[in-house]
Amino acid sequence: MTTKQQSNEYLEAEYQEPIEQVGYDFGISRRGFVKVLGAGLLITVSAGTVLGQRGGRREMGRVQHLSQRIHIAKDGKITVMTGKVEGGQGARAELTQAAAEELHVPVSQVELVMGDTSLVPDDGITAGSMTTPLTVPPVRKGAAAARQGLVQIAADRWKVNPTDVEVRDGKIIHAASGRTLSYAELAQGDEFGAAFEQAPPADITITPVKEWKILGVSVPRPNSRDLVTGAHKYPSDIVRPGMLYGKVLRPVSYGAKLVSIDLEGAKAMKGVVAVQDDQFVGVAAPTTHQARKALEAIAQSAKWEPAVQPSSREVFDHLRSSVRGDVPKNPFAEQLANAGKVLKQTYHVSYVQHAPLETRTALAEWDDGKLTVWTGSQNPFGCRGELARAFHLPNESVRVIVPDFGGGYGGKHSGEAVVEAARLAKAAGRPVLLKWTREEEFTWAYFRPAAVIDIEAGLDPKGQITSWHFININSGPSAINTPYRIAKVDCRFVPSDSPLRQSSYRALAATANNFARECFMDELAAAADADPLEFRLAHLDNPRLRAVLEEAAKRFNWRERVKQKQPDVGMGLACGTEKNSCVAACAEIAVDREHNRIAVRHVCEVFECGTIINPDNLSAQVQGCVIMGLGPALREEMQFADGKIQNPNFKHYLVPRFNDLPELDIHLLNRSDLASTGGGETPIIAIAPAIANAVFHATGARIRRMPIRLPENVQA
Amino acid sequence: MDKTFTFTVNGESKTVTTDPERPLLEVLREDLQLTGPKYGCGEGLCGACSVLLDGKSAFSCITAVEDADKKEILTIEGLAKDGKLHPVQEAFLAENAFQCGYCTPGMVMASVDLLNDRPNPTDAEIRSGMEKHLCRCCGFPKIQKAIQRAAQAGR
Repeated sequence: MTTKQQSNEYLEAEYQEPIEQVGYDFGISRRGFVKVLGAGLLITVSAGTVLGQRGGRREMGRVQHLSQRIHIAKDGKITVMTGKVEGGQGARAELTQAAAEELHVPVSQVELVMGDTSLVPDDGITAGSMTTPLTVPPVRKGAAAARQGLVQIAADRWKVNPTDVEVRDGKIIHAASGRTLSYAELAQGDEFGAAFEQAPPADITITPVKEWKILGVSVPRPNSRDLVTGAHKYPSDIVRPGMLYGKVLRPVSYGAKLVSIDLEGAKAMKGVVAVQDDQFVGVAAPTTHQARKALEAIAQSAKWEPAVQPSSREVFDHLRSSVRGDVPKNPFAEQLANAGKVLKQTYHVSYVQHAPLETRTALAEWDDGKLTVWTGSQNPFGCRGELARAFHLPNESVRVIVPDFGGGYGGKHSGEAVVEAARLAKAAGRPVLLKWTREEEFTWAYFRPAAVIDIEAGLDPKGQITSWHFININSGPSAINTPYRIAKVDCRFVPSDSPLRQSSYRALAATANNFARECFMDELAAAADADPLEFRLAHLDNPRLRAVLEEAAKRFNWRERVKQKQPDVGMGLACGTEKNSCVAACAEIAVDREHNRIAVRHVCEVFECGTIINPDNLSAQVQGCVIMGLGPALREEMQFADGKIQNPNFKHYLVPRFNDLPELDIHLLNRSDLASTGGGETPIIAIAPAIANAVFHATGARIRRMPIRLPENVQA
Repeated sequence: MDKTFTFTVNGESKTVTTDPERPLLEVLREDLQLTGPKYGCGEGLCGACSVLLDGKSAFSCITAVEDADKKEILTIEGLAKDGKLHPVQEAFLAENAFQCGYCTPGMVMASVDLLNDRPNPTDAEIRSGMEKHLCRCCGFPKIQKAIQRAAQAGR
């Protein structure tokens, strides 16, 4: 086996985040060892790099035949197919609604098949809040085309004009003659097949928002009942005949190279298979317990050659000193020279983990040279590609099936577990289920990038910002541009050498960039002797962003509460826009000097993402973002030294729990005049800066670091 | 050395012969095909594996199978009776108290135990009682509402 560290610009126009694949290669030819997963710490974005194997850009959401999107069985059962997957964000409900709305049938009549590469069209990766803007429309158009095709067949049979019939509850009705035909009856006819083997017409009309009956409604997740009974089979719950449980040997530290290992200790155990393929070593056994023991037995014999790795203590210095190319200088010397005041600050954001409750899992099964893998991935077609490359197979020989899985948050874009499970299954000659442990997930999954952000701005005597220079080192360009009206603006992302493997996380770098920007705006407001709200509004033209900010301030009663001075209690606010949606948050915090902690007491957040498709689900996403965002804002931070993660567990990596819940006011603005955009990410970007600004209000101390911690002079 | 253990699982007597140290969670999932209890952390820090052991909520990932010998185990699969959901399951459904749902079986079982102890919990009691249970989608407010709803249904 050989591995390559691949750093790919993802090839979809809509999704620009790089996916750092492990780059396993289990082909015959050894192209020379580079690094294994974990050995490696890689190489991040290299702009413009594309993978040749893909053969050009994939077209997302388009189908050649209507039957690839929608199937109506002769008993009338409707099946809709999508390459999107469900990891808790609500795509299953939303896409079912989209199809039901246009087919004029109840939601309960639509079965949605998701993420099975042999059955569904490639709708692209489930990421970037793209399902709502980019997959709901083609599903609606496909469903509308199906309905129109059925109407045409019925009208032809009756020899009436299609405009004279209507469709209700899956029945086509010609009121004038009292005739009806159900979808099931039409599906039995000969005309039907031909209609569904055509491409959906490009000019299809979809139902306008004001006529929506199913979209715009809080439809629950269609498989809810199976979630509360335990009947739903998550990827880690799938069972195949004769299957074994796998474990993979991980390096003792990042970058360590395996020099030698003795597999006999495992092979001597009954029913255990052990395999070494260069740097890849793994075992498979009839139970997880036995696999664990087998791995422990051989791990003791492994000899490693460690590599030097930076630690989290020096990571920010490392990132700054390892930038690729030059950090652009502030080009606004003239504006700064003329400004009444010049402010310059640096912000730091730590690496964090997604920590989905279901760790990376894959069940792989080989049959006659063909490979089927069940896994929890946001990227089923990407996993298929990784498997095809690793085992030198054509895509047609690989099937990836993604059952609704246990959380992703941007953390499940890569296919390392599928490739590992497939390698073990190949060695065992039986299906193998590989389920990463929590420690593996915390160590060998990729991380949200750390950031070093420098901002410099000038203020004129009237309190207007005259120039703005913003540099993000390492974490990414999302939401890097300021939404504020400033005459001279220069915002740049500068890649660096990340000591940890890094990639997407809910909202990508928008969280880091918005944290730095919104904290700095607060500093500028203070320098201008202005209220943080009024200072922002004075620089803000975007009417959607103004609307959420003013609404949040009103509902929070900002203007009154910010004047009330209570010891160790503070109010802060922040806003931001990303992925064509807008958010604002106001927060009240209390400083607990004795326990050296910040208690977030009350959060009021207002969010707007165009026309709301499913209010209850959107509200849950916004709530989830705010609470999830409390973790990296206040506590979550990967600690590492000597190539080892020092807090790879929920005991030392502190994610939000019940007792962290603030009083929450979530308000959604429904802009039914605007196209729907996704809502699972942007709501996370306002909470951290609102808290940091509230800490300043309470204590006078500026915190320029995530996680936000009380400075020493504030501690008891 | 393998040993034989007998316990009642969801009302049925089961006998397994296995390593006494094996986590109960793995025996339930791999030997008895009860995949409702989930692996989340393996060290009792997330609650996804929760089952009722003699009526009390227990982390099956840190319960050795030998410690379940001769005991009564209830998993999420055994909570509904004859297709009729338990009030806590009904409440989770009514409140849509899940996103990915991976924590739901553990949350439901722990909620059943909590409400057995405190049929009328305050929100603060729910938070403290459920503090060991993680929902990474961070749907805590809806779970809290679901527990309150189930409490009301029980009154």
